[in-house]
This record gives sequence, C-alpha cells and structure tokens, in this order.
Amino acid sequence: MAGKDQALHMRTLASLTRGLAAGEFSSRELTEALLARIESHQPALNAFITITAELALLQADRADKVRAAGNAGPLNGLPIVHKDLFCTQGVLTTCGSRILDNFVSPYDAAVVERVAAAGAVMLGKTNMDEFAMGSSNETSYFGPVANPWDKKLSPGGSSGGSAAAVAARLVPAATGTDTGGSIRQPAALTGTTGIKPTYGRVSRYGMVAFASSLDQAGVITRSAEDAAMLLGVMAGHDGRDSTSVDHPVPDYGAALGKSVKGLKVGVVRQHFDEGLDDECAARVKDALKTLEDAGAELVDVDLPNIGLSVPTYYVVAPAECSSNLSRFDGVRFGHRAEDPEDLLDLYCRSRGEGFGAEVKRRVMTGTYVLSAGYYDAYYLKAQKVRQLISQDFKNAFERVDVIAGPTAPTTAFAIGEKTDDPITMYLNDIYTIGANLAGLPGISIPCGFAAGLPVGLQLVGPHFAEATLLASAHQYQQMTDWHLEAPGDFE
Amino acid sequence: MSGHWEVVIGLEIHTQLATKSKIFSGASTAYGADPNTQACLVDLGYPGVLPVLNAEVVRMAAKFGLAVNATVARRSVFARKNYFYPDLPKGYQISQYELPIVEYGELFIRDDEGREKRVGITRAHLEEDAGKSVHTSFAKSSGIDLNRAGTPLLEIVSEPDLRSAREAVAYMRKIHSIVRYLEISDGNMQEGSFRCDANVSVRPRGQEELGTRAEIKNLNSFRFVERAINFEIERQIEVIEDGGEVVQETRLYDSDKDETRSMRSKEEANDYRYFPDPDLLPVELDDAFVEAVRATLPELPDAKQERFVAHYGLKAADAEILTTSRAQADYYEVVAEKTSANAQLAANWIIGDLSSLLNKEGIDIQESRIGAADLAGLLDRIADNTISGKIAKEVFDAMWSGEGSADQIIEARGLKQITDSGAIESIVDAVIEANPGQAAEYRSGKEKLLGFFVGQVMKETGGKANPAQVNQILKEKLE
Repeated sequence: MAGKDQALHMRTLASLTRGLAAGEFSSRELTEALLARIESHQPALNAFITITAELALLQADRADKVRAAGNAGPLNGLPIVHKDLFCTQGVLTTCGSRILDNFVSPYDAAVVERVAAAGAVMLGKTNMDEFAMGSSNETSYFGPVANPWDKKLSPGGSSGGSAAAVAARLVPAATGTDTGGSIRQPAALTGTTGIKPTYGRVSRYGMVAFASSLDQAGVITRSAEDAAMLLGVMAGHDGRDSTSVDHPVPDYGAALGKSVKGLKVGVVRQHFDEGLDDECAARVKDALKTLEDAGAELVDVDLPNIGLSVPTYYVVAPAECSSNLSRFDGVRFGHRAEDPEDLLDLYCRSRGEGFGAEVKRRVMTGTYVLSAGYYDAYYLKAQKVRQLISQDFKNAFERVDVIAGPTAPTTAFAIGEKTDDPITMYLNDIYTIGANLAGLPGISIPCGFAAGLPVGLQLVGPHFAEATLLASAHQYQQMTDWHLEAPGDFE
Repeated sequence: MSGHWEVVIGLEIHTQLATKSKIFSGASTAYGADPNTQACLVDLGYPGVLPVLNAEVVRMAAKFGLAVNATVARRSVFARKNYFYPDLPKGYQISQYELPIVEYGELFIRDDEGREKRVGITRAHLEEDAGKSVHTSFAKSSGIDLNRAGTPLLEIVSEPDLRSAREAVAYMRKIHSIVRYLEISDGNMQEGSFRCDANVSVRPRGQEELGTRAEIKNLNSFRFVERAINFEIERQIEVIEDGGEVVQETRLYDSDKDETRSMRSKEEANDYRYFPDPDLLPVELDDAFVEAVRATLPELPDAKQERFVAHYGLKAADAEILTTSRAQADYYEVVAEKTSANAQLAANWIIGDLSSLLNKEGIDIQESRIGAADLAGLLDRIADNTISGKIAKEVFDAMWSGEGSADQIIEARGLKQITDSGAIESIVDAVIEANPGQAAEYRSGKEKLLGFFVGQVMKETGGKANPAQVNQILKEKLE
C-alpha cells in the first residue's frame, strides 16, 4: 500500500490526500517537489507545453491557508495538469497548434473552474496532438512527446502529454479529452488509468472543440480510485453546454467497494480478430480470467457493425472539425499572416501557416464530405451507421453490465513509425472509437506487459455507468499490481 | 405593366426578434452601442465557447407561426451554414435548414384588382445575425463591429405567390403589421430590424415553368422594395425581349441610382455545407407549450378590421388603415368608445388630421400630443353642435400646441357656435342687404351663389355660425 515511506512523486492522489490531511507535508512542499521533477524531465519527455510554476506556488500557498482554516475542498492542495485544449484564464492555451501559439485565454473552461474550486493546484498545460487530431502526439506543433517506458516510442495520443506526465510520476493526475480514444489509448500505451465518461457527463464549455458530438473530457491517473476522485469533481450539469446532461453524479469513491462477483462481462469476438497483437491478446485474456476468477461471468457478445466504426468516425469527426476550426481565421485571435494583400490572402496564409498537415487533411476531408453532392453519400450515411453501432451496444448491454477487451491493437510504437501512413495510424483507435460514436463511458487500465511495454484492458459500459466501470477497475487493481509498475527511469 | 409577361415574386423577410439578449448568448441586443461593446466571448467565436438557446426566441417564433395559421414544428433543428467572412466570427452561421420551427403558413392581402388574395408562407426559421464590416474610418483596412452578431432573427419565406411589386409591398406590410401586433419585433426598418430579400422572375403569361430568378438582397424600406422590384422586372423583360437570357444571380439595389446591380452569380455562390449543429440539441415542443403560446395571441389585424367594420360601421378601407398598427387601432377604439360622435367621424379625424400631424413630426401615435380621450372630447363638441367641423380644426391645432382641452380652448377663444336663429337671421339680413346685386342674380336662378352668401355670413360670425342653420335661413330669405 502506498504510504508514508514513499517519495511524494510516487504517491497517488488518494495517498497524497491522506498525507496533506495528516500534515506530513504541505501543498507547497509537494508542489515544489513535483515542479522540480517536471523541470528535470521536460527536456527528455516534452510532456508540457506550458509549465505554470509561479501560478502553481500561489495556488499551493492558498490551498495550505484554506486547509489551515479548515475549509479544504476535495482536491485541496493536490497537483494536477490540464491538457492544453482546456482554456485557462491568463495562461497560454495552444491546442498544440501554431495557430494558437500566442493565445492566452480570457476565461477558464468549466473543467478548469471545477478542479480549481475543489482546491487543486495546476502545475502546467500538457502537450497534445494538434487540436487533438492524432494517436501518437506527433502532430503537435510543439514536437512529439516521449513515452517514459522507452523514449524512442510514442506515448499515444492525442492526450500524450497528460499520459506521459502521469506515467513518469511527474504529476499524480491529468485531465484529457477523448474524441476517438485520446484518453484510453495513451493510457494503455503508458500503463496508466484513463477514463472517458459518458458524452454529456462533463461540460465541454471552454474545451476547444475538435468534433463536438464526440469530444468528452476525462482523466488520466495511476489508479481507478484516483480517477474516481478527480472525475467526481469534474462531472455534473453545466448550463453553458447544451449537450451537458442533467443527471445526478453518484459518489464514485463510495461505489469502488462493489465486488465484481456476478458482474456480467461481455467479450466481443470481433475484438480478438486479426489486427490484435498476439501478446496483447494474451494479456487481455489473462485479465478476463482474473475477473472471472473473482466471480465475474464472461458472456460472448456480438457487435455486428463495430467494424464500420473507424470509417464512420473518419467521416463524422472531420466534418465537425472542418466547421469547428473555421473560427481560426487570423481575424480576432491566434496566428495572423504578416502583411496580407487582401482578405483571401489573410485567410489562406494564416490558416496555411497556422495548421499542420494532419489538421489540414481532416479539414479537407470534412469539407469534402459535407459538400453539395457528397453529403448524402458520406455524412448522412455515416450518421446512419453511427445509429446502427449505437444500437449494437444497446442490444449488448441488455445482456451484460460491461464490455471488456483490448484498448489498443499493439503496445507503444516508435515515434515516426506510422506518420507516413495515416490509415495504419487511424486503426490504432479501432477498439476505442465505438464508445465515442455511441456516447458511452470507457476506461483503460494496465493489465500487464508485452515485451516490456504496458498493455491496456478496456471496459466500456452503458450510458452513465461510470461508477460500475470505476468499481470494476478498482477491484481489478486490488487483485493486480500492474498499475503500480513505474517505468525504470522514473521510479 | 408588362403585357404578356407574368411576374413571379417571393420574399424572404428577416425580422429581428425583440429579445433583451442574443439568441445564443447573454449579451444585450440594444441598438446603437459603441462598436464591440455588446459582444461577449460567445458572439466573438472564441475557442471553447458554446451556444445556449434563448428560450424566448422559440416562444416568439411559435407565436408568429400560430398567427399565420402555420404548423409549429414539434421538433426543429439548428444547423450550421458554413462560410468565411470577417463579420461571421465562427466561420458559420447557426440557422435552421431542413427542419425549421414554422412551416406551411398563409396570410391574405389585396391583389392589384382589390380582391382578397392568399399568399403562402413556406417556412419561418430562427437564425443568428452576423456582425458588420466598417469600411470607413480606417486607412487600408476594415473594421468589424460584432454588436449585432448573434442577434435573433426570424426569416420568413413566402411562396412565389406575389405577382407585382405592389403585391409584394402589401405582403411585406402585412407581415410587418403582424410581427408588431405580436410584439415579437419592433419592426424598425432604419435600424435593420425588418428587411427583405426579393426573388424576382418573369415568364410569358400562361407558361407554367418559372423563369430564371434574380435575388435582390437587403431591401430595408417598403419604397425600395417596390422600386427595386419594378426596376428588376423591367430589366429582365428587356433582357429577354432583346434575345438574351436572365442569369441566376444575387443583385443589390442602389437607391441613389434607382437600379439593381449584379453582386455575384450562381457559379460564385457558396456551398454552405449545412449540417446539424452538434453543439445544440433539437428544439422539442409539446402541445401544452404550443397551446400556452396560442393563449397569448392578441386580436390580429384581419380580425380587428372585420370587427371595426361590423361594430363601428366603418368603411372597409378605413378599417384597414386604422388596424395597420395595434397602437393606432387601440387609439381609435378609445376615441370611438368615449365620444358621442359618429364612429366614422372619429376614423376620419385619425386618418386625416391626426395622421398628417404625426407624419409631419415623425412620431408614433403613442407619442401623440393629443391623447385619445382628448380627441373624443373635441369630437363631442362637434356632435353637440357647439362648434363646426371647421372651427374644430382650429381647436385641434390649439390642442396640439398644448393650450388645453377642447372645452378650455373653445371657452378661452370664444369659439362656441352661434345657434340662436334670431342672431343668425339678423346677420343674414344684413349680408343680403349689403349685396343686392348677388341677391338678384341668385333669385334669377344662379343658385351657385348660395356659397358666396354662406361665406359672407361665416366671415361676419368668425366662422362660428352653425353652417346648417345658415344654409337653411339663407335659402328662406333669398326665396
């Protein structure tokens, strides 16, 4: 059990909470320790776009005062980092893009507000694929992030900076966003725990949009228990986001004790078809066996249309992104081309210079699928397939409580390995995209190693079943130690 | 106007809804503020912000739908209309496309022959307005004012049922009147709260297929609508008669030169790539909501007009004029109910003297310096023969100048009509005696001279003699 004798950076949110409450150390001490660690590893990992040391110390001092006054909130004094697409007032918010490389947000995102109101200390903003478009963190204008398990490898993406920072024990918890797997896939590739809640569970207000109907904020931590703590603070209705759902937020922490005995775990045959690395498959099957041994019941389920999820996603997400990114035009904020000749030149060069290749590829794809004459064949058809995929999940959840399987088809791959082949890169999200299309919650937890690299187990549940996912993950983590393994250089 | 050519017109009217805040943000919609002082982060299209629908606009759109006998959709959807322009901060306008909130409405106008004519309303949908570009006051660059960005608009689209510029204007006036009756728009055309695009085409009479249309953008007065359409009709006929073809294009009306000019052709037209806005949920309304809105509908112009004819015995044309605005109709009803004078007389005074003074001063009837009750007081004095209609005009002017009520002015100025027949007789006698020549001519059959004698008597009495009595006594004396 993590505790007193451990170095601060090795401790989980839950353990740090106890330490702060017991007066073992102050938030300032904790913050200073982690800031020093971030500084020393930043050159090798590049997990951060902005490190907010000064602001963090201010917040830490305030948290210590609040605690002394007896008013500590649920995250009081605990260090966290935000993915750099959550707007943070007075702090650079770049989305990993040149087009926003000078953008200081005038307001805080709902997630940032809630986490700050709970007393958390923000250490910085993490690196990410440009506008969250990517599965390897290589599309960032600020350069790729290294995987702490092997610095030649990618940590996955798009929340690669958040995942790497948590895996490298630079910070106990990070926010992320997941549009097609951007929390779960990097969590799997870095041996961390990442949950994407139900669409509408966490407010999107202030979260720079990639694909509005798919984007959802979540967390990357080192345990399901920590994920429950942070998600509990972030979740809840927000009138500023019309798609935010007014549904009560259960006490995720209190639900963690629920045993998996009798839990019906669906296993999808298609998930173990070709494309999945054999060793990864073996680790996932081991994990299923562990659950079964603890009393869970494994049930075969079929998702007949799940094979269409990647192509469906690559119509819907680019369509929405092509429209969402229109506001980056060089007129009001962000990168603006120098000495434009006229309006068209201002637009073309500001956007041409500001966006990277992957973003341009998706804007063009999206523009194409929405164009007159192609709309029905692509966008409308994709929406219909999306309905079918949702229905498949609905049918499956009439028989099972959760669906379990691999998070990603392989372990972490080398930086540069897939950059020339977008399709192979896109297939990295083959197991995660379905949950986004259907708006379902999903969690990835470490379930072992293949050739020394972490493998992720994904659990997907019905709408608003976060408590079940977190409890199942927590129970698994009580039976295994995979989530406690730290990369050799970062213990 | 056009011989064997038939004109086909459809209008798209943009009505600004009279909400306090914008359609998707909390910023104020008040007109005339300093540039960019009424644009919040949502209106500015900042990264991460999201639209939240103003419930009031839904209520207002439903109210309009019910007033024009339309279907109020139980489910409507906001879509994004994508195009780049500096005054469109998000790079898309949030509008309704495939599923608008109002469909299949109608209203009735008088056609060019004075017959009642039905005009179909295809749809009315909600959307946000754009900002505006400011091309003056900056050297080598343009300014953007986003105060107007996000202002709620209801776009009302007619069927191509209109057959002349006059019909188009009559239809537009009717819509203008309805939105003001419903109090969903101030209808202020100078401030751009009520403007329209006109789709105009011509075809040989009897041909079923429509001609190629041109769309004239952004017409912001009834007069411009009429003149722009008439210019465009002439232009299209000329093009065709010269052997040319009308091209489908967008045109702008230049009121200084009184002509329309090509703005962009169909080939240059944008592909707006409409798709449902994923940031907004579909608008779902239940019957209870629609019925609650229906319960708030006021009496509308057509019904009021019919009632004015039936109840007050007004001429249809007068009833139509009086009911153009709800305020004027209300004013009329107060006068008609309070006065003992004939209801038609009340109508004549409002349509005539009062309207011309209001027009001259450029003010609305609510701001009239003579209140409805005071006007009723004046008409009472005509009805009871205290003053003549002619004297009444003098009293009316004095009331407008703030000299007091009709009774006070009549008293102060000594304008009370002479109705004592003895007094009138002696004046008549004197006038006849002073004009023996004219009297003889009259008696020899030149009866037109009666007017001369009436005039003389009135002159002697300062206009205060009762005209009917004067006439009668003169006739008797001149026999």
